[in-house]
Amino acid sequence: MSTVDKERTEAVFEDFKPAYSHGQALSEANRCLFCADAPCIKACPTGIDIPQFIRKISTENVKASAKTIFDANILGMSCARVCPVETLCVGDCVYNHMDEPPIQIGKLQRYATDIAYAEDWRFFRAGADTGKSVALVGAGPASLACAHELRRHGHACTIYDKRAVVGGLNTTGVAPYKMRAERSEAEAAWILGIGGIEIEYGVEIGANKSWDALLEAHDAMFVGVGLGPDHWLDVPGRDLEGVVGAVDFIERFKPGTVELAAVKSAVVVGGGNTAIDAVRELVGLGIPSVTMVYRGVEDKMSGYAHEWNAAKQEGVVASFRSQPLAFEGEGHVTGVRCAVLDDAKQPTGLQRVIAADLVLLAIGQAKLEGLLAELGGVTFERGRVVVDEAQATTRKGVWAGGDCANGGKEVVNAADEGKRAAQAIDAFLKGAG
Amino acid sequence: MVSLKTNCGGIESPNPFWLASAPPANSGEQVQRAFDLGWGGAVWKTLGTPIRNVSSRFGGLHYRNERAIGFNNIELITDRPLEVNFKEIYDTKKKYPKHAVVVSLMVETREEWKDIIKRSVDAGADGLELNFGCPHGMCERGMGSAVGQEPRVNEEITSWAVEYSSVPVLVKLTPNVGDILPHGLAAQKGGGHGVSLINTIKSIIGVDIDNFVPMPVVANKSTNGGYCGQAVRPIALHMVAQLARSPEFKIPISGIGGVATWRDAVEFILLGSSSVQVCTEVMLRGYRVIDDMVEGLEEYMRSHGFSTIDAMVGKAVPGYSEWGELDMNYESIAKIDSDKCIGCQLCMVACHDGAHQCIHPDASGTTRVPVIDESECVGCNLCQIVCPVPDCISMVEVDNGHAPASWNQHLAGEGTLRPKKGSH
Repeated sequence: MSTVDKERTEAVFEDFKPAYSHGQALSEANRCLFCADAPCIKACPTGIDIPQFIRKISTENVKASAKTIFDANILGMSCARVCPVETLCVGDCVYNHMDEPPIQIGKLQRYATDIAYAEDWRFFRAGADTGKSVALVGAGPASLACAHELRRHGHACTIYDKRAVVGGLNTTGVAPYKMRAERSEAEAAWILGIGGIEIEYGVEIGANKSWDALLEAHDAMFVGVGLGPDHWLDVPGRDLEGVVGAVDFIERFKPGTVELAAVKSAVVVGGGNTAIDAVRELVGLGIPSVTMVYRGVEDKMSGYAHEWNAAKQEGVVASFRSQPLAFEGEGHVTGVRCAVLDDAKQPTGLQRVIAADLVLLAIGQAKLEGLLAELGGVTFERGRVVVDEAQATTRKGVWAGGDCANGGKEVVNAADEGKRAAQAIDAFLKGAG
Repeated sequence: MVSLKTNCGGIESPNPFWLASAPPANSGEQVQRAFDLGWGGAVWKTLGTPIRNVSSRFGGLHYRNERAIGFNNIELITDRPLEVNFKEIYDTKKKYPKHAVVVSLMVETREEWKDIIKRSVDAGADGLELNFGCPHGMCERGMGSAVGQEPRVNEEITSWAVEYSSVPVLVKLTPNVGDILPHGLAAQKGGGHGVSLINTIKSIIGVDIDNFVPMPVVANKSTNGGYCGQAVRPIALHMVAQLARSPEFKIPISGIGGVATWRDAVEFILLGSSSVQVCTEVMLRGYRVIDDMVEGLEEYMRSHGFSTIDAMVGKAVPGYSEWGELDMNYESIAKIDSDKCIGCQLCMVACHDGAHQCIHPDASGTTRVPVIDESECVGCNLCQIVCPVPDCISMVEVDNGHAPASWNQHLAGEGTLRPKKGSH
């Protein structure tokens, strides 16, 4: 089932990092030194045996290569596209220490996993039925990884999601020049191909289902609900038309369409990775002037430097040391009035107004502490669900992973946490007899 | 002033780089173009009773990102009429009197040898090369390596050729023998003015694993071919040196086998070759590789104080000795330059799995630069060979206080060997 519109807005984007041809992949794979105790493996949250999968590409043993990847990370296809490899595996390639470009691990992983999908190779079978069942709340990467691993151990799984979209932010939130929604949907379908994973859409805890009902119906629970709505800036003009949450905006145009013909200039407020994604997307969608408004200085941005450098090359400009004081306009936003700060983020007394008929707020997302508190027995730290090393919450029988537990990290972290939680749940269910 | 002027067994050329008898020296048009670009000589593709060839004919051995580090062929001698070849040889010689045109020959009977030698000399050949080496197609007909593998036959045919020829005769030797020396000596005894080696090595370059047939595939079958290219150079260097170091062997050598660069040529010359022959590199990249070969050789000679090729020939031969003469008390150990090390730890895994288990991770865990246990390091070189960083691992001599002593001295009761190093 595809939930995406064929004519949707994101369809205009091409891959920022194009796929390798067969020859390119062979050539790059052959450059890999096959390090012992390789640093790239340690840099991968899911610990993929990268030198081995690359060696298998170099010998044209692609099926075994793909298996090596998926065995460690069932979301290896999307991670190949969306991982910030520059700060993970590729960033730790030993070639960075000599005059040699690092191995393009993400592109090689994409090469192997894309072939696996194209050929519809399946590597894993469900384990013998244990008679146990697990509820997974949220249909994002953490739950998919968890459910797949649970199926390998023979436990029945039901995933609940309040929306009718599978894949979570991988489907609705990933920058389209990294991966489009249909790839995420294809990934989910491929993972669900192991069989025995039910998905119930439209299930909203607190509205039409209770935590207790889920706990009663299942032997264990995994919570992978992600984060809540975009944070809002409580300044004058906050309700003007054209002031939109960044995640909300992206979630609208990825599977569907947005009308942007009238937008001449846009402002994105924030300095994190969602803000950088948003500015690059707006430029890609053809908006003539896109400005990032950030309170701090350039080198203090929390977004990845390699992403910001790409944004600058694409024509994004930034207004650093700028704190929005008000959204201006009547009915519809026309500009953002900012206080000019000094390097210590203190007001200088100066102000500037930046014209904007679209303002995206990318200053973080709410934590779902309120929703999760209703579970009872779960504890929180700065809004995140507290989990131990095996992703167990403080409530017996309940595990958590992904953004709700880590505060908002990468897909690869969700994949790792979901898988490890599944292994702990398996031990729990088998121990509980 | 450096002179590349070459004399190999009486055959002179402006430089030591000759095209080997092979497809690049198949026709006058090709050879003349090669001379224009700077080649010093050419050994014409072997003449004999013209044959027919198959399709396909060549195979490449590819490794990682390198194509054709080894090469094999199942092509035979010339497939063009003799009179056409002789006409082109004549024209070429007229146009390029100072270049060496050597004619490679392969026929069966004494009468045939007499006839073809006369025609070659009449056409203006500066020398002859007797093809006693071809390991495929021709040997089954009693020629090529079938001759080269029998020293008595080799000697006899060589003596015929020398008798009939008024120009120098080189005998091209096959490497498909256990020991090259008797074959070189047979050529010498037959009166040959020099030898050229190696011809190609009998080979199967690969197998089509989907269709269950070796390569190169001809319809649905294949056959063994002759192996050459860079991968065979170590074998060729050994065979050249094996002849050069023999006190009985006294005639000049034209070195062949994996010469791709000036550096390779220097190696052959230092081990006793007075000219070198090149085929595969030209087949892969064209005659224009000669530019770098000539300039590189000149620069090498200048920087090492050689003014003539003759002065270089065999310079490394005395350095080639029997194992029993090596100094057993010489000791070296590996040192890692921690500033250059990139932490790939290939040296560590190689040492652990393939050598003497003396390279270990840093105990503090703060660095990926491995640590060498010098008390265990036997100085084998493996770590240096696998290290991807230039000059990162060096083999350093250790002064262990032991006077030099060889195994032969030890057997003779002279000299004391140092204790065996390492517990592995």
